[in-house]
Amino acid sequence: MKFTWFNLMPWPYLPDDFRQTYRSVWVDIPNRLYDPVRGHAVYHEYMDQLEYADALGYDGIGVNEHHQNGYGLMPSPNIIAATLARRTSRSAICVIGNSIALYNPPIRVAEEFAMLDVISGGRLVAGFPVGTPMDTNFCYGQIPALTRDKYAEAHELIMRAWAAEEPFAFDGKYTQLRWVNCWPKPIQKPHPPIYIPGGGSVETYDFCVDHDYNYSYLSFNGYLAAKTLMDSYWERVAARGKDESPHRAAFAQIIAVADTDADAERLYSEHILYFYNRCLHIAPAFLDPPGYRTVDTIKATSLTRLQRQTQREFREATWKGLVDGGMVIAGSPQTVRQRMEELIKTLHVGHVFCLLHTGNQTDEKTRHNSRLFATEVMPHLRQMWPEWANDDRWWIHPLADRVTPEASLAGQR
Amino acid sequence: MIERWLHTGRGARVRVLEGGPADGPPLVFLHGLVGLLDDTPPGFLDHLAERYRVYAPELPGYGDSHGEQLLEDMLDFSLHGWDVLDGLGLNSPRRPALVGHSIGGMIAAEMTCLAPGAIAKLVLVDPFGLWLDEHPIPDFFAFLPFEFGDYLFDDARRATELLAGATQLADPESLRQFFIANARRLGTAGKILFPIPNRRLSKRLYRLTTETLVVWAEHDRLIPPVYAQHWQALLPHAQVKCLPGAGHMLPYEQPRALAAEVLAFLG
Repeated sequence: MKFTWFNLMPWPYLPDDFRQTYRSVWVDIPNRLYDPVRGHAVYHEYMDQLEYADALGYDGIGVNEHHQNGYGLMPSPNIIAATLARRTSRSAICVIGNSIALYNPPIRVAEEFAMLDVISGGRLVAGFPVGTPMDTNFCYGQIPALTRDKYAEAHELIMRAWAAEEPFAFDGKYTQLRWVNCWPKPIQKPHPPIYIPGGGSVETYDFCVDHDYNYSYLSFNGYLAAKTLMDSYWERVAARGKDESPHRAAFAQIIAVADTDADAERLYSEHILYFYNRCLHIAPAFLDPPGYRTVDTIKATSLTRLQRQTQREFREATWKGLVDGGMVIAGSPQTVRQRMEELIKTLHVGHVFCLLHTGNQTDEKTRHNSRLFATEVMPHLRQMWPEWANDDRWWIHPLADRVTPEASLAGQR
Repeated sequence: MIERWLHTGRGARVRVLEGGPADGPPLVFLHGLVGLLDDTPPGFLDHLAERYRVYAPELPGYGDSHGEQLLEDMLDFSLHGWDVLDGLGLNSPRRPALVGHSIGGMIAAEMTCLAPGAIAKLVLVDPFGLWLDEHPIPDFFAFLPFEFGDYLFDDARRATELLAGATQLADPESLRQFFIANARRLGTAGKILFPIPNRRLSKRLYRLTTETLVVWAEHDRLIPPVYAQHWQALLPHAQVKCLPGAGHMLPYEQPRALAAEVLAFLG
């Protein structure tokens, strides 16, 4: 089993009346709610935590890309990843990922990911999300019905650029380049492990299966709700004749560990409720621009959230509801172990993105949570897939002999 | 109106409503954002068909027309319009009058810029195509279904009759049907309207020398009537009219009054 410590980088100062006063945490959230002076401290706290996770022994540390988003302050995850490449030396750096249809030209992603892989000594996990409609369409203006096509072309360009040893011409529909020539190129061969974050689009399953990419289901609805979707994914894996290595899939889970179950609620409830009741306040109108999803995917979707009466109702999340519903795995190390085992087995995943910082959780509690998980939970879950223990097809292959950055400044602090 | 099918050279399969006297002068109607709706006769097209041979092609991605994946940018949409006219045999000497509503108005204006001499007369009804920073058009790609009714119609009852799936009390199945249909048609429309419905038509309008009527609904909440003034400024030779008692769906809310204006202009 692999465990990646993942931080969404939420803005921790959304006002108490956020849900009542603002339409959405994403796309049109006014940036007067963002204070760059406080932001300075927030970024450094979050980056310190990622580095701490490396020291605690997590296999990976993870960042992702969002735009105009009150719970995701990384429009450029590569900037954060670059600092991590210098300040950590062991764990994988999981950038999940770059929305490749948004980069113009997308060769930029091939270059920046190659830089990260080289600087980190071959520790990059490269994520290529199709991108949410909020980021891709409403914030970055891509035409919904053409997004998938543009994504596919960008993917082809990047993979060819990494593989090629001579310049070539690329005559695409969205990108035309007379000289594609990726300098630098990645250390990992044939390319860094590729992870595709998905949210249930049926087309993405086959794309992952056919290319042998990891399918990462990044959901905040927890492992119980994810079962149906992941079952569909594994059906596609079987249907396409691939082996069922659990490392083909990853899942993101909010986790809160304390000494006892009661302590977990006392310590983390406030922060997790901040996340569910404020950070996930996304206007439903932004979830589904016509053309983004295929008709096949829409047919499999519930539409009640689109009715007028639903807009007026909101059921406030409660600790009990979140824990019972599996959205959050919380409790004593013993409790969390049991539920993590259940998650890993029922979803058949070899990799968990652990969300151990949630909402406006304090640094102290985040470190407590991360330490308890690393020492009291993680070791017990390591060998859950003994038959696939040596399957490293979806993991990094760093250089054995890596350069350590000079520590001159650290010595003076 | 009768229904016929057309296959274009590009490969699209287009449903066309056709009616009116066989020997009447030809008139082509390009529908708006939500397509050709089932209206109780006599509707706008029926009124036009009293004097004209009316052809109303349905854009691929709408209703029963297919091949929307073949249309990707403004030039594709404009040439598709000409493909349909060719398929209907509407070229010299049978030059048609062209009437476009909403997105159809945008396409009609673009088509006419390409070949101004091939259109007898042009009518634009609450057309897309221009953008004013000081009067931004609402982001209808972020509308929930019920908001289409609110923004498109002046009369909420007409919204209920014509866009049943979008209205508040709709049953889940008609909501689903509306949603799927909307994904197709606005997915298609998005190729020329997303994220800002402006594909730089304004820099081509100097070519539009065809005799033109621009009609606007007084209560258009989607594209406010101030846009009519902008069209007038860019097309000084055009006649511009404003009609009361309707929103963006003018051809469905004031079919008789609009038809009277159009027929008076076409002569």
